[in-house]
Amino acid sequence: MSDVYIIGGGESKYGELWERSLREIAVEAGLKAVENAGVRTKDLSAIYMGNSLGGLISKQEHLSAIMSDHAGIATEYIPSIRVEASTASGAAAFRQAYLSIKSGEHEVVMVGGAEKMTELYGTEIIDITSSVVDREWEAFAGATPAALAALSARIYMKDFHVGKESLASISVNDHANAAMNENAHYRNKITLDQALNATPIAEPLNLMDCAPMTDGATSVILASEKYVKEHGVKGVKILSSAISQGPFALHSRKSFYTVEPTVISSRKALEQAGLKHKDISFVELHDSYSIYGLMTLEDLGFAEKGKANGMVESGIGIGSALPVNPSGGLKAKGFPYGAAGVSQIYESYLQLMGKAGKRQVKDATYGMTHNMAGSGTASVVHILGVE
Amino acid sequence: MGELSRMWREMPSRYRMQGKKCGNCNTVYFPPRDVCTTCHRDSIGKMKDMDMEGTGEILSFTIVHEAPPAFLRQKPYIIALIRLSEGPVITGQIVDIMPEEIDIGTKVRSVFRRISEDGKSGVIHYGYKFVPV
Repeated sequence: MSDVYIIGGGESKYGELWERSLREIAVEAGLKAVENAGVRTKDLSAIYMGNSLGGLISKQEHLSAIMSDHAGIATEYIPSIRVEASTASGAAAFRQAYLSIKSGEHEVVMVGGAEKMTELYGTEIIDITSSVVDREWEAFAGATPAALAALSARIYMKDFHVGKESLASISVNDHANAAMNENAHYRNKITLDQALNATPIAEPLNLMDCAPMTDGATSVILASEKYVKEHGVKGVKILSSAISQGPFALHSRKSFYTVEPTVISSRKALEQAGLKHKDISFVELHDSYSIYGLMTLEDLGFAEKGKANGMVESGIGIGSALPVNPSGGLKAKGFPYGAAGVSQIYESYLQLMGKAGKRQVKDATYGMTHNMAGSGTASVVHILGVE
Repeated sequence: MGELSRMWREMPSRYRMQGKKCGNCNTVYFPPRDVCTTCHRDSIGKMKDMDMEGTGEILSFTIVHEAPPAFLRQKPYIIALIRLSEGPVITGQIVDIMPEEIDIGTKVRSVFRRISEDGKSGVIHYGYKFVPV
């Protein structure tokens, strides 16, 4: 089986891109990635696109075919598949692309992630984003993704005596890092005070605990070991890839603050890569809501359950022992649903290639990414590295 | 929402909390399931209808301020995880009480209420909500 490398990437600006369409930003990211990787679109043997809500928001399905067509290679007649796993669509698409090269089927593959979140009125998008949770038994009752995160937050805070400050620190860190990322949606730093006193969304969570509605697209190009050797290309190696799927609805789970799919996929990914937690130079994790930042640090195994607050208080910034979300994370780089997973991978690529500019993590050797579906229905963990 | 056939199909569960009980291991499921998550194929054909009493206790709750269109008239409203007396945990709304008057552990019972409506002239969806005992 072939080793698989990321040999380039590119992305659109993240933010409220009212003047641009879903296909425009998807294709922009794709073409930038092709250019950056030094390949030609005609070299691609397949395209995998992560997109979660295109059908409901932009009323356009099959974004992968749009990508192949508007990238100008429809008449190459290559396979082009959209992968959907709600908010984990991006990493799920990346994993399918990885497997397609690892298996020997493909040589050079494009992975894209794109979502246009700001196409609709405020309350309408809340109904549409509620399709990533159980429509019949959660959303029917009035539960939204934010409400489910809040249900986890309230019982977590009670059981472990954790204050709102610890949750808010996750968002403060994201904003501090995004200030150094020119593609980020929110480049303003926020204070703990601002984070604690924002308008309520689903108590105990407020606006600053919730990742924004962001338009954005990111692409990366993957290539086989053979291609990398023959062309003398430098890249980042994909050391492991794991995905795990658990009960759909929050109410069906054994725990409301342990996401088993994260525990299982991170354990598998570390095992496959032959690495330990201390080897990881930074982590890009799925903090669609601040509480998930704390829960995930624990479920990934960087802190004991209920104790991520200690780690967060001692610092998770760029110069810390484990920098969290150097990109600015979902809260501040932004949260285009189906693009988020690819965005995390691209940030890790930049970090590991030493191309992350002001937010560069020193001596970055191994990076972990964690992309989660909905309230914790599924998790995808990847470990990337440079030799 | 505008999902007439779905609402019609789900009436037994929405109107009288009809769930399922595994005839093999007696585990109760609400919402209903076609297969027991413990017995797997041994439960096929043995999942029996069973109505929930509608009593339970709050495991966690939130006050929702940003709501989808169908719930705008109700906001802010309380959403909770409720453990039913029969065992299953469900997601539901708590009504007829101020948020400061409930807590984790508060006992509740189900009531039949209007859940949401599909615009001014659309279908009205009914189902269970919960009030403190």
